[in-house]
Amino acid sequence: MTIDRRDYGGFVLCSVAGITVIVPLVWMILALAQSGLPGLEWEFLVAAPSQSGRAGGIGPMIVSTALILGVCLAAIIPVGLGTSLYLSQYVSSTSPQASWLGYSLDVLAGTPSIVFALFGYQFFAITLGLGFSILAGGLTLACMTLPLMVRTSEQALRAVPLELHQAGEALALSRPGMIWHVLLPAAMPGIVAGTILSIGRALAETAVLLFTAGYVMRLPGSLLDSGRALSVHIFDMAMNVPGGMPVASRTALVLLTLVILINIGVRRMLLHHKRIYYEQTN
Amino acid sequence: MNRRISMSDNATTFANEHTQSNRTAPEVSIVGLSVYYGNTAAITNATLTVPGGSLMALVGPSGCGKTSLLNCINRMNDTIADCRVEGRITIDDLDVQDPSVDVNLLRQRVGMVFQQPNPFPLSIAENIHFPLREHGVHRRAELDKRTMKVLNAVGLWDEVKDRLRSSALSLSGGQQQRLCIARALALEPEVLLLDEPCSALDPLATEQIERLIEDLKQQYTLLMVTHNLAQARRVADHVTVCWIDENCGCVVESGSRESIFINSDHPVTKAYCRGDKG
Amino acid sequence: MSRQRNEFWLYFTLASAAGLAGLLLIPVVLLLILESLPLLAPAALWESLTSAAWHPRAGEFGLLAMMVASLLISALALALAAPLGILYAVWLNLYLPRRWTNRLRPLQELLAGIPSVVYGLWGLVVLVPMINSYAPPGASLLAAVLVLALMILPFSALVTDAALQAPIRHRMSAAQALAVSRWGTFRRVLWPEARATIIGGIVLQFGRALGETLAVVMVAGNVVQFPGSLFDPVRTLTANIALEMSYATGTHHTALFLSGLVLMLITLILMFQINRRGVAI
Repeated sequence: MTIDRRDYGGFVLCSVAGITVIVPLVWMILALAQSGLPGLEWEFLVAAPSQSGRAGGIGPMIVSTALILGVCLAAIIPVGLGTSLYLSQYVSSTSPQASWLGYSLDVLAGTPSIVFALFGYQFFAITLGLGFSILAGGLTLACMTLPLMVRTSEQALRAVPLELHQAGEALALSRPGMIWHVLLPAAMPGIVAGTILSIGRALAETAVLLFTAGYVMRLPGSLLDSGRALSVHIFDMAMNVPGGMPVASRTALVLLTLVILINIGVRRMLLHHKRIYYEQTN
Repeated sequence: MNRRISMSDNATTFANEHTQSNRTAPEVSIVGLSVYYGNTAAITNATLTVPGGSLMALVGPSGCGKTSLLNCINRMNDTIADCRVEGRITIDDLDVQDPSVDVNLLRQRVGMVFQQPNPFPLSIAENIHFPLREHGVHRRAELDKRTMKVLNAVGLWDEVKDRLRSSALSLSGGQQQRLCIARALALEPEVLLLDEPCSALDPLATEQIERLIEDLKQQYTLLMVTHNLAQARRVADHVTVCWIDENCGCVVESGSRESIFINSDHPVTKAYCRGDKG
Repeated sequence: MSRQRNEFWLYFTLASAAGLAGLLLIPVVLLLILESLPLLAPAALWESLTSAAWHPRAGEFGLLAMMVASLLISALALALAAPLGILYAVWLNLYLPRRWTNRLRPLQELLAGIPSVVYGLWGLVVLVPMINSYAPPGASLLAAVLVLALMILPFSALVTDAALQAPIRHRMSAAQALAVSRWGTFRRVLWPEARATIIGGIVLQFGRALGETLAVVMVAGNVVQFPGSLFDPVRTLTANIALEMSYATGTHHTALFLSGLVLMLITLILMFQINRRGVAI
């Protein structure tokens, strides 16, 4: 039978595709490591930059990034969770409210980040008078990541098994009680995963932060101070500072490590959650 | 009344053509078969023999490894990681487990029908043409001829001959399952494995399929997993009773229909057949 | 009594949150329109959209060259990344042994999360010098296309992979039992069912490519011109906004907002197209 010969063409084609996909990506990570690993030490993570960033470290940048993320999360967790709870508790999925929310959030999710940069700059920095600040940056990022947060929380809530809902109803729990004691605990890992995903998305943003949080290299004194995020630092070092390439690579490695850790964390959490809540019948 | 007779006639014609081609259905023999997924055993030490040209029903409660056993015969278990098979399965003289056996050839000789009808998302004709083409039949005339032959054999030809190009997914459940059987028959197998072929169908469709299976017995060797004891009583020539012992499947008894349903001495068999257990 | 009050406050809080989320789109769109208003007069608009002359100091704000560059880069990157991504997912699911599949899949998800600035960095450090040694200046249309394609690849693969799972679950056993070839299984059994979802996902990637800013700024060369060859430096709408926003005033400022509006509109149209085909994003 010539069956295996039938598959030669397909096998070659797909393997070529496979290799073409994997090789450049691995190459990229290796090149980054080669350029950035030497000099990557604890000092680097903690010290302040000097010589326009060519020497010293990225301490203030890490702090700024953390603060920006903090502002962003403080905004999207209540609003995002609240919205998804509203959607799952009070409106049917075919109502006009649900449709509008779904539609407008989808549009927001698909909007190019540069548009958010324009919006954030004009609205938060200028109109609201926040200037280049951590607050402006965090709030703009919140607008960008809200759709993701709502979508993942909604999925997590919807995945709560029917049996738990029924148990709550049988016990005549009040709605707040039901949400607090039954739904949220069951959906929590999914919600946390969604939060972490939003963090990942926010970490990756550069253009937006360039025009809302600014690029001051100092340690920010307050939320109204300008601060430079890690991604902005990479950009500046690579494009505007001669000889800044090694620092850029090093910072990129730090950022990459954060992304990897986030990814692994989310994955682990979801797996663990599945094991506890959904595989009890086994 | 009339419809049933004509379907039977069609199948008999198909059978006659095949008997003329001088092929006798092979004997399938399983000795000491054990299937492990990782560290869990699905079934251990199963032994049974299916004489050529007859139907062996595998009965027993869910989870006793009947499907795992079936999957070994056409080596569908190969695709599952971590699956270990011990024991011997032979089709006449062919050792199925032998590494030198061409699996694709094996699966042409051993056809399989699944519990859920699963026609491809193609037209009715394409569902049959496609596997044939994959196995080397390319001439249009030949493809059409074989398609008509198998559709006739399962009694679908009259129902679909005017809409061969319409989607297979537009057929009813019973029709889809018959199409799946036709598809399996198109490769001209010698052995047919059926995994609860009627459990997703309504009683009328079930009846049609059972009649079809009866007619197929004449030139194929069939193994059918079923939950339905009444069905086994109706169509099977031989029966194997499976059971679960300490979380693992096993074969309790195997033999002719009479010896299982009427003359059995084994307590589990008797209890199962009476409906006391399982 | 207090139970009813609790329920009320709950409703109030949640509805407020949802209200905030639901209204968010409006200020964004409004602001874009308001800030582009001066240039939205028909004559001025036409001028902006059809002229390739971008000379802010001389008062010329033609967006055409940049729109062409944006569309060209995204289309080429997609043409490269989409087939590769799809074939990669096929390779992953149908040709690789299961063990490797499960190890490689998380890699895809990881790569999809890498910030675009990192891709841009790699492009700047490795790709641009490589192209430069062959055809200066290196920072060019080609560099942007390659970097963007690299960025879209993991997503294309992910989308295809996800879309293949359901057809695989339902139909793979039948195909295997019939000993159908793997390529045949993909083409005739899996593809028909997964096609709509995959294409929808790929179109989404076009939108993402169009909106990409940083990586493009870093490697595309940023000269406002129609590309004569793959090696010419070009500037996209997104790069333009990023480069000039910090010092743009007056009509210049308006023109930048106008290009933002144009980008948003194109994205909206794309998304509308996908939704019309009934594909879930």
